[in-house]
Amino acid sequence: MKPVRMQLAASALVFAMAFPALGRAGDLDSPSTGRGALNAKVEYCTYCHGPSGRGYRGFYTMPRLAGQTPEYLENQLRAFAELRRDRSIPVRMSRVHALKPSMRAALAAHFNGLNPPVVGRGSSEHAGTGRKIYEEGVPETNVPACVACHGPTGMGAGPSPRLAGQLSAYTQKQLLGWSRDRGQDPATVDSSAVMKSIAGSMSKTQVQAVSAYLNSLK
Amino acid sequence: MKLIPPALAILAIVSASAAAFATDDRGRSPGQVLSDNNCTWCHGPSLQGYTTAPRLAGQRAEYVVNQILNFKAHSRDNPLSKQVMWGAANTVTPEAAHEISDYFSGLHAEPANDGNRSTVETGAALYREGSAGSNIPSCAICHGPDGQGVGAIPRLGGLSYRYLKRKLEQWNEGYHAAALAPMPAVSSSLSATEIDAISSYLSFVH
Ligand code: HEC
Ligand code: HEC
Ligand code: HEC
Ligand code: HEC
Repeated sequence: MKPVRMQLAASALVFAMAFPALGRAGDLDSPSTGRGALNAKVEYCTYCHGPSGRGYRGFYTMPRLAGQTPEYLENQLRAFAELRRDRSIPVRMSRVHALKPSMRAALAAHFNGLNPPVVGRGSSEHAGTGRKIYEEGVPETNVPACVACHGPTGMGAGPSPRLAGQLSAYTQKQLLGWSRDRGQDPATVDSSAVMKSIAGSMSKTQVQAVSAYLNSLK
Repeated sequence: MKLIPPALAILAIVSASAAAFATDDRGRSPGQVLSDNNCTWCHGPSLQGYTTAPRLAGQRAEYVVNQILNFKAHSRDNPLSKQVMWGAANTVTPEAAHEISDYFSGLHAEPANDGNRSTVETGAALYREGSAGSNIPSCAICHGPDGQGVGAIPRLGGLSYRYLKRKLEQWNEGYHAAALAPMPAVSSSLSATEIDAISSYLSFVH
C-alpha cells in the first residue's frame, strides 16, 4: 500500500512544481467520492480532529465533529472554502479544509453518525451557572436562552449546531472571538449573523461557565 | 558517524546512577545531576544534541517523560533507540524521568541549522498548511507556528535535519508503531522529498 501512495504523492509533487500557482494538486488524487477517497479523507480529518472526530487539543484546539448536525457541518465547510471563516487561527482554514464540494455531504453524514466519548473533564465548579445561562439566558444583558435554538440537551438541530460535549477551550474561543473569526465576507450575511450579538453580549466569566456546562453534556 | 560502544555507555550510566539523588554541594537539582552524569555524554555538554543523539534542551517535559517510558518499555524500537537508549533509560526511574524532563525543558534551545537551504521554502509551506489534496495535515496546527510544541506534542523547531529525517523515515519503515496518534500515520502521508523538505526547514527554525 505504501509504495503506491508514495508514487501518487511524488507525481502530485511534480505536478505542483510545474504549476505552482495552482498550489498542490488538490483534486488529482482519485475519483472524488469513491469509498477509497472518502476513507482517505476521513483519515485526514481525524489526524487533527481526533479519533472518531471527538476533538483534540494541539497547539490549537480542534473541535469535536462527532454527532454534529450535517447541515451545520456542511455550512462550515462552505464558510471555510468561501473565505468567510478563513483566518480564525494563523493557519489558513480554507487550505486545510480544501475539498471537492461533492465530498462535503458524505463527510458530514459520516461525522454525524459517530458517538465517541467526550474529551474533557466534564462538569466543573462553573457548570451550575453555565446551565442557568444555557436554559434561561441573561435577561439583564439581552442574552437569550441558548436552549431555544440549540435544544434542551445541546444536541442542536439543522443549522443550529450541537454544542454538547464540545471541548471547552474551543467553545470559549468561538464565543470570545465571534465577530473577528466568523462571517468575514462583508457582502454576504451568512448563518453566523444570528450568534454575533449573542456572543458579543456575553462576559468572559459567562462564556467560561457556559462552555464548562456544554462540555459536561453527552 | 561515530558510534559510542554501548557497553561503555552502560558502564558510564551504571557508575553514575548511584549519585543521582545525592545532595549536591554545587547546588544542582537532582535532574541536573542525573543529566550531567549520564545524558550529556551523548546529547552534548549543554544538551543541544550531538551526531545521532537529538537535542533535549528546550524539549517539552511531558513529551520527554513519554519517550523515556517508551524506551523503558522497549516500544520505541528503532535501531539506535534499541542500541543506546534502552540501556540509558533503564537507570532512570519514573520519578527521575519527571525531574530530568523538567530540567531539560527549562534549557535554552539552539537550532541545528544543518538542513539544505534550497528546500526550506517548500518545507515551510508544507509545515504550515500541509496539503489537503494529498491528505497531508498542517504540522503547525499541533506543533505550533514556530515548532514550539505543547504538552505531549514535541518541540520540532531547530531539531537536527538528520534526526528529523531519520525519525520520519523510520516511522514509515514500521519502527515505533506505538507512538502517540496521529504520528506514525501522518508520516506515511509524506513522500521522501516532502520529508526531506520539512526536516530541512525545521532545522533552521528557532
Ligand atoms: C490540520 C488540522 C485539521 C485538519 C486536517 C482538518 N481540520 Fe477541521 N478544523 C481544524 C481547526 C483548527 C478548526 C477550528 C478552527 C477555529 O478555531 O475556528 C477546524 C474546524 C472545523 C469545522 C468547524 C466545526 C465547528 O464546530 O464549527 C469543521 C466542520 C471541520 N473542521 C471539518 C473538517 C473536516 C471534514 C476535515 C477533513 C476533510 C477537517 N476538518 C480537517 C483543523 C483541521
Ligand atoms: C436564535 C437561535 C440561537 C440562539 C438563541 C443561540 N444560538 Fe448559538 N448558534 C445559532 C446558530 C444558527 C449557529 C451557527 C452559526 C453559523 O452557522 O456560523 C450557532 C452557533 C453557536 C456556536 C458555535 C458552535 C461551533 O461549533 O463553532 C456556539 C458556541 C453557540 N452558538 C453558543 C450559543 C450560546 C452559548 C447561546 C446562548 C447564550 C446561543 N448559542 C444561543 C443559533 C442560536
Ligand atoms: C550512548 C549515547 C546516549 C546516552 C548515554 C543517552 N542518550 Fe538519549 N539518545 C541517544 C540517541 C542516539 C538517541 C536517538 C534515538 C533515535 O534515533 O530514535 C537518543 C534519544 C533520546 C530521546 C528522544 C528524544 C526525542 O526527541 O524523541 C530522549 C528523551 C533521550 N534520548 C533522553 C536521554 C536521557 C534522559 C539520557 C540520560 C539518562 C540519555 N538520553 C542518554 C543517545 C544517548
Ligand atoms: C494532531 C496533532 C499532530 C499533527 C497534525 C502532527 N503531529 Fe507530529 N506529533 C504529534 C504528537 C502527539 C507527537 C508525539 C508522538 C509520541 O509521543 O509518540 C508528535 C511527534 C512528532 C515528531 C517526533 C519528534 C521527536 O523529537 O522525535 C516529529 C518529527 C513530528 N511529530 C513531525 C510532524 C510533521 C512533519 C507533521 C506534519 C506533516 C506533524 N508532525 C503533524 C502530533 C501531531
